[in-house]
Amino acid sequence: MSARGVAAGRSPAAQLWREFADSKVAVGALIVVGLCMLAAIAAPLITPQNPYDQSQLVLFDARLPPGSVGSGGYVHWLGTDAAGRDLLSAIIFGLRISIGVGVASGTIALSIGSAIGLLAAFRGGLVEAAVMRLVDLQLSFPAILLALVLAALMGQGVAQVVTALVAAQYAYYARTVHGAALAERRKDYVEAALGIPLSTRRVMARHLLPNALPPLLVVATVQIANAIAIEATLSFLGIGMPISEPSLGTLIANGYQFMLSGRYWISVYPGIALLIVIMSINLVGDRLRDVLNPRLKR
Amino acid sequence: MTGGLPQCTLTPVSVFILQRAATGLVVIFAMACIVFLGVYAIGNPIDVLINPAADQVIRRETIARYGLDRPLIEQFWVFLSALFTGDFGSSFVFGTPALPLILAKLPATLELAMSAMVIAIVLGIPLGMYAGLRHESVAARVIMSGSILGFSLPTFWVGLMLILVFSVELGWLPSGGRGATVTILGIEWSFLTADGLAHLALPAFNLALFKLSLIIRLARAGMRETWLADYIRFARAKGLSPARVIFVHAFRNILIPIVTVLGLELGSVIAFAVVTETIFSWPGMGKLIIDSIISLDRPVMVTYLMLVVTMFVLINFAVDVAYAALDPRVRETRT
Repeated sequence: MSARGVAAGRSPAAQLWREFADSKVAVGALIVVGLCMLAAIAAPLITPQNPYDQSQLVLFDARLPPGSVGSGGYVHWLGTDAAGRDLLSAIIFGLRISIGVGVASGTIALSIGSAIGLLAAFRGGLVEAAVMRLVDLQLSFPAILLALVLAALMGQGVAQVVTALVAAQYAYYARTVHGAALAERRKDYVEAALGIPLSTRRVMARHLLPNALPPLLVVATVQIANAIAIEATLSFLGIGMPISEPSLGTLIANGYQFMLSGRYWISVYPGIALLIVIMSINLVGDRLRDVLNPRLKR
Repeated sequence: MTGGLPQCTLTPVSVFILQRAATGLVVIFAMACIVFLGVYAIGNPIDVLINPAADQVIRRETIARYGLDRPLIEQFWVFLSALFTGDFGSSFVFGTPALPLILAKLPATLELAMSAMVIAIVLGIPLGMYAGLRHESVAARVIMSGSILGFSLPTFWVGLMLILVFSVELGWLPSGGRGATVTILGIEWSFLTADGLAHLALPAFNLALFKLSLIIRLARAGMRETWLADYIRFARAKGLSPARVIFVHAFRNILIPIVTVLGLELGSVIAFAVVTETIFSWPGMGKLIIDSIISLDRPVMVTYLMLVVTMFVLINFAVDVAYAALDPRVRETRT
């Protein structure tokens, strides 16, 4: 792909976009991800009420079905929950927390994981053996179980959940970067750069890391979707986000008790929102994998 | 690498197996360290063990009884030697020894996990092989989109939807519990009664969905790759029936990655059972661990973790051995 891209005089990013855009589904998914992000950032501006401002809640409005008009005089398109919150507003605020936690833990895990993977690949020897053994050991253990245990040990809270997610996920990044760096490490341009000599740190950060970027990008996309799903699972089980900062998982858990009595919307709509976010991130990741992995080109 | 060993007595395969066994022991030890640090050093057991209203004398007594005033290294030693004798302490909640408590719940979890695996294999391999053979067809696209769904949907959410549709709306299947059981060899099994099967259906399918998607993908990728291989072309050119080429020649090669991943995933099925069991109130180990996490029942948490790690190591070991037996290339590269 790079050969063709270079021949046509396009930047790698433009070339990547051209190939990515071949799939209409992927472009649609990317737009949905973008819209969700925008909604999450602009939550207080676009929601009809601030669902966590107690003064705006009217208990009389509790558990209204979707489409009812509440005492606020506006339509609750997705109904209200047990405390009389407008569910649409609650979902958009929940989206903000879910995406925030996913992106934060993804970014931290990516930084820590790539640093570990790069160092291991460059140092070699005992450091590499020990570190990568630990990473492999951790990868043989399901991330959700590790996150579950850590979250349980540390208790509820944003920082705790992010820490648990980072600890559960850094290994995926470390292995990806390690693999890519090992492959690049043997190539002539790295030997040449080291021979000039440029400092190891500079070669790692400026020469090697950009070349390890394609697989890293794919892993990061998928892992952020996973982080959002794991966080939702933890919150649903009652060991994730605290009540004061309800993510989509918390909303689903809150509505669960009403589901069996037919008030499905309190649980189902946050669930659909969660689904849309995770699905579209995964679709984007899937397309990126197809475009960036030369082995899959047939 | 194995040159220094007396090779006249050890075949390459047994060296390989011994190496794997040693690695497994190291992993169990490493996990014991991590669990100890996580449970005993990060969390403060004193807060859990002692009523906050207790006076200083009771506090000191309890701390001394559990050895919490001794140096960390010494506590670690006590912890390790207890592990070796299988003494994990008693549950704070139930007051009975933790290991038998968890082992009593093991059959229910294994039953659920095995049912999920069977569903995943029986549905996944044919669907994946079909999607690989007819990869341009509409049905293959539907199968693959379904597998993306299966990958992306969080287990707990699918579980909720299954309950909503099949228990609340349609009323076909029960939403929780194990139903009627038959006792064989002192262990209760649900899958032998109609009522038990009805209770098993939803949680087993819920747990199977992720593995099902994985197997579909593996079988499809394997089929597409194998179908282009020379030996398959030759078998087809020779005039063998397509069924024979698919189910005898191609099938064996597809099986290798599937067996590996299935083995490794067996552990994760047990881990994911935590979520499924909680949603469907399935009385297995997973529900027990969530309950003990919420009630901070430390001995049960530790026992569960060590049990799961040991199980993982044993499974990985079994997969390695099976792999060496199935794939002659593994044996040869080790020589």
